[in-house]
Amino acid sequence: MAAFFSVFLDGVASGMLLFVLAVGLSVTLGLMNVVNLAHGAFGMVGGYVCVVLLNDAGVPFLLAVAAAVVAAAALGWVLERTLYVRIYRSDHLEQVLFSIGLVFILGAVVDWFMGARQQLIQLPEWLSGRVEFAGVGLGRYRIFLILLCGAVVAALHFGLVRTRFGARLRAAVDDGVVARAMGLPVPRIFTLTFTLGSALAGLGGALGVEVLGLDPTFPLKYMVYFLIVVAVGGTNTVMGPFLAAMLLGVVDVLGKYYVPQVGAFVIYTAMVVLLLLRPQGLLKKAA
Amino acid sequence: MRALLHGLPWVAAVGAYFAFPEFLPLLSGIAIAALFALSLDILVGYAGVVTLGHAAFFGLGAYTAGILAQQGWGEPISGLLLAMGAAALLGAVTAPLVLRAGDLAGLMVTLGISLMLYEAANKAAFVTGGADGLQGVEVWPVLGIWRFDLWGRTAYLYSLAVLFLLFLLAMLIVRSPFGLSLRGIRGNARRAAALGVPVKRRLAAAYAIAAAYAGAAGALLAQTTQFASLDALSFQRSAEGLLMLVLGGLGSLYGALLGATAFTLAHHALSEASPQFWQFWFGVALVVVALAGRGGLVGLGRRLLRR
Repeated sequence: MAAFFSVFLDGVASGMLLFVLAVGLSVTLGLMNVVNLAHGAFGMVGGYVCVVLLNDAGVPFLLAVAAAVVAAAALGWVLERTLYVRIYRSDHLEQVLFSIGLVFILGAVVDWFMGARQQLIQLPEWLSGRVEFAGVGLGRYRIFLILLCGAVVAALHFGLVRTRFGARLRAAVDDGVVARAMGLPVPRIFTLTFTLGSALAGLGGALGVEVLGLDPTFPLKYMVYFLIVVAVGGTNTVMGPFLAAMLLGVVDVLGKYYVPQVGAFVIYTAMVVLLLLRPQGLLKKAA
Repeated sequence: MRALLHGLPWVAAVGAYFAFPEFLPLLSGIAIAALFALSLDILVGYAGVVTLGHAAFFGLGAYTAGILAQQGWGEPISGLLLAMGAAALLGAVTAPLVLRAGDLAGLMVTLGISLMLYEAANKAAFVTGGADGLQGVEVWPVLGIWRFDLWGRTAYLYSLAVLFLLFLLAMLIVRSPFGLSLRGIRGNARRAAALGVPVKRRLAAAYAIAAAYAGAAGALLAQTTQFASLDALSFQRSAEGLLMLVLGGLGSLYGALLGATAFTLAHHALSEASPQFWQFWFGVALVVVALAGRGGLVGLGRRLLRR
């Protein structure tokens, strides 16, 4: 039982990370109907910034994570303004090619400088080890992740539901044409959201080095996970993708722990089935 | 003049056999890549269905032909036909799922299905050899006469012959009323439906045909290299196919040939330098091609000729 609980907690933590990594994608998909397969690349960049600062420059962990967020946000902003803006009106084929291309470019650059191996980080002392809680040993880092990502979820939810920007964003996702007609600056909203989404991906990438791993294939490896979160969670709430990510994280970790021989097969099958049963999660906008 | 243009690629392909005897394996690779790009052209270029998982059919064809030959049925032509049949069957079964989900979700369904197949082949190591690949594939001589030799002479001519026949067939298909209705659907699906074209059924048929073509390409790879590996099912292969197609020019069958040739030669030249180098330029090519529009090399040639 204790072992189960510990594995379950791992699942929750990786679900939280998946949410933070993927939530930006769900907004960009919903808002601009852009197929962005390169979203994970921002997470990868964040992860590597964190690793380099932590291991080579000796920057404290939290500062390195913050730097990762800033770096991913900056990259997202620059790419959105210079390149993404050119493909909004293109067909899905062009968007697919473009974003896969970005993934390969960034992957090759990272591989060139850092090598293809898995990156490891040394967590600070206050985050390593375990605490005993009612007879169950819980990793401190897992608890830290759950608390931090939980705070992010709450902030996003509050921001989307309560703030003016959130209201504008929801309006733009619901019906971009009408939102424009009402005078909302949809392109600017989009740039901001894209940057925010990249920043969150960078946060997820940096925090995830210890849990999800980090190497140059990171964006491709987790692409499907992000797509599942978006497909199942829909595009207009925070809670939808959040629940989807939690479910995915827990099922994935439990599956890998208890039935390793099946592997990722379960996840892919679940993705296809869910897409068939509930395509409106994705298609609400396109229809 | 036109007939001359049509003949040109094939004369060049046969000429290459005599001109570059030491590069025959590379030339076979080009022929196989061209068949794969042709298959994507039918689906993406003519029918307008975008897919991220076309490697599923390529890989299924490769494993079907490979396993047949490994288990003692090494006759290449029947193996090829069976591989095409298996791929077409998978295409026919999955087409309704892909088309039902529609647009974006359909794109992800294609990706999901190919990943399922990849993972299945990876885990079913007792059949497929898993990550080590399929060992012990023995292919019999073509038509009982031409053995697969060490230099790849038979492999190249066999691949080229298959490519040629299937290319002619593809030409018939895209010029038939069926092919024209596919173009109509791509142009405007609603209007096509209003004109009485059974849109979903036509697209499903195109999907199955494209799947069969990809299966043939996979089978050729397995038979000529006497090996099949998970590589054949990988996402990278699907992406490479799309790049070849768009590089050459969408919706023109010669574009697929041209794109596959350019791609394979570039791959050969660049990956010798270093694998990262290749990945980088592969990515750059994808981005450029996506931003430059869909004419590709064929479109560029047409524009130059018009001037």
